[in-house]
Amino acid sequence: MQIIQLTVQDLSMAALLVLLLAGLSFVMRLQLERQIILSAIRTTIQLLLIGLVLKSLFAGSNLFWISLMAFVMLAVAGREVMQRQKRPFSGWWGYGLGTLSMFVSSFATAIFALLVVIGTQPWYLPQYSIPLLGMMLGNTMNGVALALDRLTSSAWQQRAVIETRLSLGQEWSEAIRDISRDSLRTGMLPIINAMAAAGIVSLPGMMTGQILSGAPPLEAVKYQILIMFMIASGTGFATVIATWLGARRLFDARQRLSLYRLSNSGVK
Amino acid sequence: MSTLRINDLAVLDIQPASFTLQAGECVGLSGPSGEGKSLLLRAMADLIPHSGKIHLDGEDCDHINPAQWRRRVGLLLPESHWWSDRVGDHFSRPDRDMVGVLGFNEAVFGWQISRCSSGEKQRLALLRLLANQPQVLLLDEPTASLDPDNVGRVEALIEKYRHEHKAPVLWVSHDPAQLGRVASRQLRLEDKQLQEPVTCR
Repeated sequence: MQIIQLTVQDLSMAALLVLLLAGLSFVMRLQLERQIILSAIRTTIQLLLIGLVLKSLFAGSNLFWISLMAFVMLAVAGREVMQRQKRPFSGWWGYGLGTLSMFVSSFATAIFALLVVIGTQPWYLPQYSIPLLGMMLGNTMNGVALALDRLTSSAWQQRAVIETRLSLGQEWSEAIRDISRDSLRTGMLPIINAMAAAGIVSLPGMMTGQILSGAPPLEAVKYQILIMFMIASGTGFATVIATWLGARRLFDARQRLSLYRLSNSGVK
Repeated sequence: MSTLRINDLAVLDIQPASFTLQAGECVGLSGPSGEGKSLLLRAMADLIPHSGKIHLDGEDCDHINPAQWRRRVGLLLPESHWWSDRVGDHFSRPDRDMVGVLGFNEAVFGWQISRCSSGEKQRLALLRLLANQPQVLLLDEPTASLDPDNVGRVEALIEKYRHEHKAPVLWVSHDPAQLGRVASRQLRLEDKQLQEPVTCR
């Protein structure tokens, strides 16, 4: 099967649907029309740009440029993780905590997949490494952001409970154990659910894309299984790292609950 | 037999305070609301940053594992908080005799926290603390939401514990009559300064 090339007219017809939605929003006074159109323009420009970037990356297959691209993706994901939290850690920790855990987990998992599982030549072959890392980061970002948001806001709400447990002589790790566990579950459940529902409720995007471009369905399915496993473990490990570091950071060297380390805390 | 020695302890805007809690003595602490009595107690349990030195039997607080320090210097917070459903899950060591003194029987360990009244929770919080067998007791309004009968029981239980363990007790209360009953001397926190105005008994 040959891939059917899309023309500008094809995309314009799809864009009509978005305009129709914006019109509907206007009629129903949802006040979303501006956002709908702006987001549609953003998606067009951003995707076109990344298409150009990928085109030149694929042409060169240069490790330096591929790494640069990977770190830009990581930096943006790190910022996103921080912005999705109501009370992130203040200072460098707010940014560094999510970014570091995503770096360790996503990069390690992606490199493992490239080197050991797929065995691309060279291992950083951009056609594989960039999409793989992108999918890893996108999902890991969700997990880490959910877990950290849960951790910091629960600690904030339950500070009296935590201090009670400390006052009864519990170690910091025990005093925050229920909250950590809850945060871990919150971070990991979406990807676990996605694994369980894959193929029945949803056809994962990557597999769909491969099938659209002519790959045999079973080959596409094998890749999707690989990706699912990588994403699930990568998200899980990153969530564990972020939650553990975050929980530790909530206490000072004398194991006192230190909520002043969160931004928007209003604590002296 | 334990002695808690406080040297130049200061928290936030409270003036540095020095005093010693001798083994087996009960010291009252009073003063207007919002003066920082609770802050002082929390600092003594090393729950909040502070300056100055605290020694328990000559051992420096800073050189003891914080969790261990808080097990030895037991702080009863004014409001009780609970993290599990069952009462018994909060006790390090269920003590049947002690719960009897406060008018419970051992079935209390199976009770649901959500069904307890605030007075029951306050008494259970004291039992939970004593189950750790702390060497020092820092009590922040331990009888605030209790009826007179239970106030008497709690006072008796703390008296008993103080004698048996020769534990120093620092007792925060807004009730001068209570402090007159239980304390052998009193401290007062006023205008951010700790003073020792009168000796009672």
